[in-house]
Amino acid sequence: MKIAVCIKQVPDTEAEVKWDLQKGSLKRDDMDSVSNPFDEFALEEALLTKEKYDGEIIVITMGPDKAQDVLRNALALGVDAVYHLNDPAFAGSDALATSYTLAKAVEKVGADIVFCGKQSTDGATGIVSSQIAARLGFSQLNFVSKIEEIDEAGKKIKVHRSIEGGVEVVDAKLPAVVSVAKGINEPRLPNLMGIRKAAKVQIPVWNAGEINVDTAKVGTAGSHGKVIELTTPPPRAAGEMLKGDIEEIATSLVSKLIDLKVIK
Amino acid sequence: MADYNDVWVYIEHKDGALSPMSFELLGVAQTLAGELGSKACAFVIAENADEMAKEAGYYGASKVYAINGSSFKTFRPDAYSKAAASLINNYKPDIILYRSTTQGLELSAATAALVDVGLGADAIGLSIDSGSKTLKLTRAAFGGSYLATYMNEKSKPQMATVRPKVFAMPERDASKSAEIVKDSFAVAEDDLRSKVAQFMQSEIAVNLVEADIIVSGGRGMGKAEGFAVIKALADVLGGAVGASRAAVDSGWISVEQQVGQTGKTVKPKIYIACGISGAIQHLAGMRTSDCIVAINKDAEAPIFKIASYAIVGDYNQVVPKLVDEFKKKLNK
Repeated sequence: MKIAVCIKQVPDTEAEVKWDLQKGSLKRDDMDSVSNPFDEFALEEALLTKEKYDGEIIVITMGPDKAQDVLRNALALGVDAVYHLNDPAFAGSDALATSYTLAKAVEKVGADIVFCGKQSTDGATGIVSSQIAARLGFSQLNFVSKIEEIDEAGKKIKVHRSIEGGVEVVDAKLPAVVSVAKGINEPRLPNLMGIRKAAKVQIPVWNAGEINVDTAKVGTAGSHGKVIELTTPPPRAAGEMLKGDIEEIATSLVSKLIDLKVIK
Repeated sequence: MADYNDVWVYIEHKDGALSPMSFELLGVAQTLAGELGSKACAFVIAENADEMAKEAGYYGASKVYAINGSSFKTFRPDAYSKAAASLINNYKPDIILYRSTTQGLELSAATAALVDVGLGADAIGLSIDSGSKTLKLTRAAFGGSYLATYMNEKSKPQMATVRPKVFAMPERDASKSAEIVKDSFAVAEDDLRSKVAQFMQSEIAVNLVEADIIVSGGRGMGKAEGFAVIKALADVLGGAVGASRAAVDSGWISVEQQVGQTGKTVKPKIYIACGISGAIQHLAGMRTSDCIVAINKDAEAPIFKIASYAIVGDYNQVVPKLVDEFKKKLNK
C-alpha cells in the first residue's frame, strides 16, 4: 500500500507577520516557521497505518527552500521517501492552485491513501484535502477521528468522522484522501538517531515540469482569489474590571449579563 | 462573465432533517443581491427537497433550485458536489454562500475544484465592491490579529463559506413564497465512493459552534473535576462547555470541546473564560464573541485585554456564586 502524506510548513503563530501586499501573500522566507500542527497528526496516522498494514510512506510538501525542514523531520520519524515541490512558479498559490499542484504530485506518486491535516494554521481554509480528492476522483474523508479498518485487497476503508452532533461511520472506496482531526493519535517525536540520519539525506526536489503541471494553473497565476487588504481589527471596547467582595461581583455581573437579554 | 446572476445560499440538511440555521445567510444574501440588482436564491439537494425549498422561501429566497434523488438521502461529498456543479453550469449564479459547517466546507471545496473557481473561507464580513461589483470578503487571519479582505475577480461564481452566527437570522414569514425550480441530476450508486454506515449521536447536547452562551475552562481548572463547576454554570445558562487546549491536552475534557486555533472557532453572544490565561491560539477561536467575561487569578493574564468584564479571582469561588445568583434571578 502506498501512503502519501501532504504536510505544510507554516509561520509560527507567535511570529511577527510579514506580508507582501503587492502579491497578496506571505513573505514566508522572513518568518519563523514550524510544521503545521494538524499535519503532525496526519504523519503519525500514516506511521500507525504502515505499522498495522504494511506499506510505503511518501511525504510531500510544497514551499520555498526552507520548507524542506518539515520533510527532514518526517525522515527522522522513519518515512520511506520525501519530495519537495519547489518552483518559483508555485509561489503565491491559493487553495485552488495548491490542491491542483498537490494532486499532480499525488498522481505521480500513485497513492492508495493520502493523509492530510484538517487545515493549516496560516491559511486555515480547510479546503485543500477536499479539493485533492475532488480533482483525483478519490474518496473525500474529512475530520477523521478514527480509522476502523483498511481492506487493501478489497480497496475499502472504514472511518469515523467527527462532525456536528456526533460521529459518522463511513465506508468508502480506496484510493481516498483522509484529513485527520486532532485527537486521532498522539504524534511521536523523532529520536536522535533518526534526526542524524535525516540530516544527511539529499532531499529530492520536484519542479513544475517534473510533476507535469500547467503553469497557468499554479502559483499566483493559477490562484483566483487575492488578498487586497490587510488591516488590524478595530480594538474591542475597553472592558470593565469588576471589584468588591465576591458577593458584590457576582450580583453585579449577573445583572449585567441578564441585561444583554441573551439568557433565557 | 456578465451572464452570471443572483446570490445563492446552500440549504443544509442531515439525513433529510433540515438544518434551520442554514437560513441565516438569506438575510445577507438579500442585502448583497439588493446592491447588485439581482435576487437572493437558495439551493437544496436531498432525497425529498421540496418542503425544504418551500421553507427557504419563507426566509426570503425568491427562487429555490431543488435537486431530488435517492442518492442524496445523506450528505456525500462526491454526489452532492457533482449535483451542485451541474446546477451551477445550468443556472450560473454570481455568488454562492455556504455556512462554515463541516458539510458546507466539504461541499463548497469539492464543488470549487470541479467548477475550477476560487473559494473564500470562513468570512466574517461580506460586501460588494462598488466599482467592480465583486464580492468583498473579510476574514480573520493569523489567529485573528489581522483582518484580510479577499476578492476573486478571475472566475464565477464567486464562492464563500461564512462563519456561523456572524449574520442575523432573517424573520420567517409564511406569507412569502419562492419560485421552485426543480432540476435533476442522475448518479449511479456504483459510481459513488462512500456510504454512511451509522451515526453515533454525541452525549454532549449543545453544539459548541451554534451555542449563544459558552462557559470555558482552562489550565487554571487544575483538575478534571473543575469542569463540574463550569458545567453547573453552563447548565443554568443553557449554554455549552468549552475548553482551552491546555485543559484538553491534560485529559480533563474531550477534544470536541476545544476552542482555539487547533479546536473550534466560536462566536457566542456570551463567552465566559474561567482559568484561561488567553494565549493567542485560544483567542483565535473566540475573540469575536460579543461579550467576553474573564475570571482568572492572575491580574496580568492576557485574556483581560479583550474581556468585556474582568474578574480577578479563583473560579472555584466565583463560579458557584454566579450559579447561585443566576438561579435566584432567573427563578430556576
